[in-house]
Amino acid sequence: MHPAYSVIFFTTASGAGLGLLVWLGLANAFSYLPADASFVLISVALALALLSVGLLSSTFHLGRPDRAWRAFSQWRSSWLSREGVAAAATYLPAIIFAFGWYKTGEGAGIVAIPGLVMAVLALVTLFTTGMIYGSLPTIRQWKQALTAPNYIVMGLASGAVLLTFLLALFATVPVWAIWLAIVSLTLAWAMKTLYWMAIHNEEPRYTIGEATGLGRFGEVRQLDPPHTAANFVMREMGYSVARKHANKIRRLSVLTAFVAPAVFTVIMLVAGPVLNLFLAALAVLLAGIGLVMERWLFFAEAEHVSMLYYGRERA
Amino acid sequence: MTMLPETTAKKLGLVIDLDTCVGCQACATSCKEWNTGGYSAPLSDIDPYGRDPHGAWLNRIHSYEVGDGGASRTVNFPRSCLHCETPACVTVCPTGASYKREEDGIVLVDPDKCIGCKLCSWACAYGAREYDYIEGVMKKCTLCIDRIYNTNLQPEDRVPACVRACPTGARHFGDFGDPESNVSKLTKARGGYDLLPQMGFKPVNKYLPPRPKRDRVTLDDTSAAADRGPVSAEGSKLERLFQWADKMLTR
Repeated sequence: MHPAYSVIFFTTASGAGLGLLVWLGLANAFSYLPADASFVLISVALALALLSVGLLSSTFHLGRPDRAWRAFSQWRSSWLSREGVAAAATYLPAIIFAFGWYKTGEGAGIVAIPGLVMAVLALVTLFTTGMIYGSLPTIRQWKQALTAPNYIVMGLASGAVLLTFLLALFATVPVWAIWLAIVSLTLAWAMKTLYWMAIHNEEPRYTIGEATGLGRFGEVRQLDPPHTAANFVMREMGYSVARKHANKIRRLSVLTAFVAPAVFTVIMLVAGPVLNLFLAALAVLLAGIGLVMERWLFFAEAEHVSMLYYGRERA
Repeated sequence: MTMLPETTAKKLGLVIDLDTCVGCQACATSCKEWNTGGYSAPLSDIDPYGRDPHGAWLNRIHSYEVGDGGASRTVNFPRSCLHCETPACVTVCPTGASYKREEDGIVLVDPDKCIGCKLCSWACAYGAREYDYIEGVMKKCTLCIDRIYNTNLQPEDRVPACVRACPTGARHFGDFGDPESNVSKLTKARGGYDLLPQMGFKPVNKYLPPRPKRDRVTLDDTSAAADRGPVSAEGSKLERLFQWADKMLTR
């Protein structure tokens, strides 16, 4: 599948923003956040900014961005529409939550409720993003039980790393936040590894003989493609650049997205506040780059069943 | 609306006969010609006279080689939208631009609502949806909706352009909802089949498999056919003269 660069950027940026909202809402409910309204205001603002930048960039891959508003209408059947609705709905409790902190200077009682609603909606949005891909039976590598959970844990892990950075900006990073980042990074790493094992070990599901229905007469080979130059379907669905380097990119993305940020976060357990800020910033940067690579690979490794008509033997 | 109708009054679609299709591309060019001026207008082309020409075509003719040796055969394989009964391309559409018509089952895109997100093309197993890079919207086979109900045309022209153009009668148009229709009978008689039925999209269009080979010579293995030697010299003196000349020239 052709990686739409704006979609890769969107899911990475908004994923981190949504993950941050989940942790802010939950940590607030347990009274773990620093008693500083400006911390919450800036954190929520950053999360919403990431979400907005992501949503905005996702419209760049549309043929008609001016009509993007129509995508909110078909939530009854379309996961893409549900994602739009859930993402838009997340703004309201997030703004109320931030406003509550601004007015009362604390997150207890009535402010905790919109915080929890915000966390739930952010989680739902992450799930809907994953289901856009996880619900497509035409792409074996996407129609996996682990696809949607992966989108959730990637968002939670990058959100947790972002949270340690914000905490380091405002105060000393509490131990719970450091452990939160370490655990969620480890979980994300484990889930991604399981996903890669699943798609690697699974046999392709369909053959060119099944797609054409001609397999009963013998082995089917493409003689002539329909046109001399690549058409839209081949450009969009047949993209395989970098597939042969998949293992290298996997290792590199694991190193930058999970291992390096986790190591930096572990060091934060013993380092001082200045070093912590530096380490947290580095962890955010590397996790971002690593997740962009991971997402690019998610597209490049995906094989579409329609390519069977264009001579691929199995998909 | 991207929710699918529970049933459709008619199930209009095509039967494509893989036995008689000769791969002449007449249906594809006729489709392009009609639809670039019809409901889907325009079907944009990019770099049409350059090094990398491509564009939106709603009907594409593949060609496959099936089997080995003397039993091998060439199968020309026209492929367009199958107007599935449960099309995922419709349900994934976030805008409602894609829909399946309740009255006849035709799957259409409303070009005024499409945002060009391309998700429908990802959801289609058959590669039937074609993005128009210039218009920024998705295009697809309309089953020539602007021909089949068009009373300005002669009755014999009220069929999809591809069906009208086919010189070998390899394409048939009709209502699969009616068991007595031409297409239903043809499908039954010739063992018409669905493409990728396992995927569960229930395609309406049916493909008729190539008939078994009748020519024994091509079925024999090549060495046996060679052993038979050239056809014996019979017939007129003139014919024998040509055969002698052929033999001499072969030396």
